Amino acid sequence: MENQLIINGKRTDGRGPTDLRPLKIDVGIIKNAAGSSYIEHGKNKIIVAIYGPKDSHRYAMNIEKATLRCRYHMSPFSTEERKNPQPSRREIEISKVIRDALEPSLILENFPKTMIDIFVEVLQSDGGSRSASITAASVALADAGIPMKDLVEAVAVGKVNGTLVVDLNDIEDKEGESDMPVAFMLNENKITLLQMDGKMTVEEFKAGLMMAMEAAKKIKEIQKEALAKKYSQGENKK
Amino acid sequence: MMPSKKLLVSAVRKEQILKLLAQGKRVDNRGLLDYRPLSIAPNVIEKAEGSALVKLGDTHVIAGVKIGVGTPFPDTPNEGILIVNAEILPTASEYQEPGPPDEDSIELARVVDRGIRESKMIDFTKLVIEPGKHVYIVYVDISVIGMDGNLFDASSYAAVVALLTTKYYPMVNENGTLVKGSEKVPLPVQDLGVSTTFAKVDSYVIVDPTWEEESMMEARLTIVYDKSGNICAVQKGGNGALLVDDVLNIIDLAKSKSEEMRKVLEGVISNA
Repeated sequence: MENQLIINGKRTDGRGPTDLRPLKIDVGIIKNAAGSSYIEHGKNKIIVAIYGPKDSHRYAMNIEKATLRCRYHMSPFSTEERKNPQPSRREIEISKVIRDALEPSLILENFPKTMIDIFVEVLQSDGGSRSASITAASVALADAGIPMKDLVEAVAVGKVNGTLVVDLNDIEDKEGESDMPVAFMLNENKITLLQMDGKMTVEEFKAGLMMAMEAAKKIKEIQKEALAKKYSQGENKK
Repeated sequence: MMPSKKLLVSAVRKEQILKLLAQGKRVDNRGLLDYRPLSIAPNVIEKAEGSALVKLGDTHVIAGVKIGVGTPFPDTPNEGILIVNAEILPTASEYQEPGPPDEDSIELARVVDRGIRESKMIDFTKLVIEPGKHVYIVYVDISVIGMDGNLFDASSYAAVVALLTTKYYPMVNENGTLVKGSEKVPLPVQDLGVSTTFAKVDSYVIVDPTWEEESMMEARLTIVYDKSGNICAVQKGGNGALLVDDVLNIIDLAKSKSEEMRKVLEGVISNA
C-alpha cells in the first residue's frame, strides 16, 4: 500500500532529507505594482504583487495602522485537474494564514488609515505553495519599500516513510505521514506561521522545527541575493 | 481578505489584565493554565444523528451530525466522506454579520476538520456501502451561538462529542436499491483527537483565552493530540509571532493539558 518515497536515503527527486528544491526569486516584475516578485520553488511558479499603502476603504480603515489584506489564488490551469476559479475554502484559509505570517514583520503603524494589498497568484502549484508564497511575498513587500523588522521565509518539513525531510514536493506532501509548514523571522527567533497535519511524536515535531529553521536560513540568503540583484542594477525607480 | 474583528480593550483594562497575569492570575480568577468551566451536553437535538452543546465559559457552540449517502471521491473509492462546516452565527456577537461564512468561520471549520481527520478518529474505510458507488457522508455542522474566545477548542469538543455519540440507520442493499436498516449503529470510532489552545499575551502563555485576551494577544497556537500522544494537527493564529522557545514550551504544556481534557471528554461520552 505505502509507496517507497525514499530509497537509499534519496528522495523521489534525488534530494537528501535536508536539501531544498531549486529556488529562484526575481524582484520587480510588474511595473504597476508598488512591489512585486516571482518565485520558482520546485514546480511552484508564483507571482506576488503589492499595491499600496493607498487610501483605505472606509470599512477597512484603521486609524492606528495600515490594514493588510491578502488574496492567495490558484490559476485554473495551475493543477492537474482544472481548478475552479472561484476561491475555495482552502484558498480563503491560506490567504488568512499568509497575511498573519507577514503582518508581524511589517511596521504598519507608519501608514495609518491606509491599506496594503498582497496579491498572490499561483500559476503552477507544487507541494509547499503557501510557503513559497510567503517567501516571495516578503521579498515583494521589501521591494515595495514597506518598512519591516525582518524578511519572512517559509518552508515545510514533514515525515516521509518515517524520515524527517524538508521542503516537501507534491508526492511527499500527498503521500507522506505529515506536513508542517513553518515561517520564521530569524532575526528575532520568531515563528509567524505554524501549521501541521498528519502524525508526529513530540520529539519529531521539535527536531522538525529545527530542520525547518536551518532551511529557512538558506532561503533567506536567496531572498537577500534577489533583492540585492535588483537594487544593484540601478533600477531603483522608487 | 480582511483582518478579523477584535474587541476594543481599554488601556485601563489592559493594565489590569497584565497586572494580574504577572501575579499568575486571570481577570476571571483562573490560573494561567486553567480552562474555564466546561459543560458538554450530548444528544441535544433529537433529529440529528449526533449532537452536542458545549459551554466553555461564555463561548457556546452546538454541533450536529447528519449522515447521508453519496458517491465517494474518485481517488478514495473505498472511504466514506467527512464534511465539516462552521458558522459563527449573528447571535454570537454584535460584530458578526449574517451572510456566507467569513474567513474566521472557514479557518475554524478547517482546523476542526484536520483534528478529526488526522487523528484518524473515525475509520472511514468502514463507512462504505458499495466500493466506488455508495459511501456514507458524515456531515458535521458547527454553529457558534455565543462567542467569548477559544472557538477552536469549544467547536472541536462539540464536534468530537457529537461524532462519538452518533447513532444512525445503516443502509442495506436489497435487490439493487438501498433501504434503511432496522437498528441504529454508532460510527466506527478508533481514536480521539483532543484540541488545546494557548495564547501568548505580553510575555505570558495562557490556556483557553477569552475574547478579550485574544484581542490583545500576540498569537495563539492550537494543538491536537491523539490518544497515543502523537501530535496530529497544529495551527498558529493571530497577526503576531511566537518565539521558537514558546512553541517548544507550548507543545509540552499541550500534551499534559490534552490528557486532562481527554478525561473530561471521555467522561461525557461514557455517560451519554
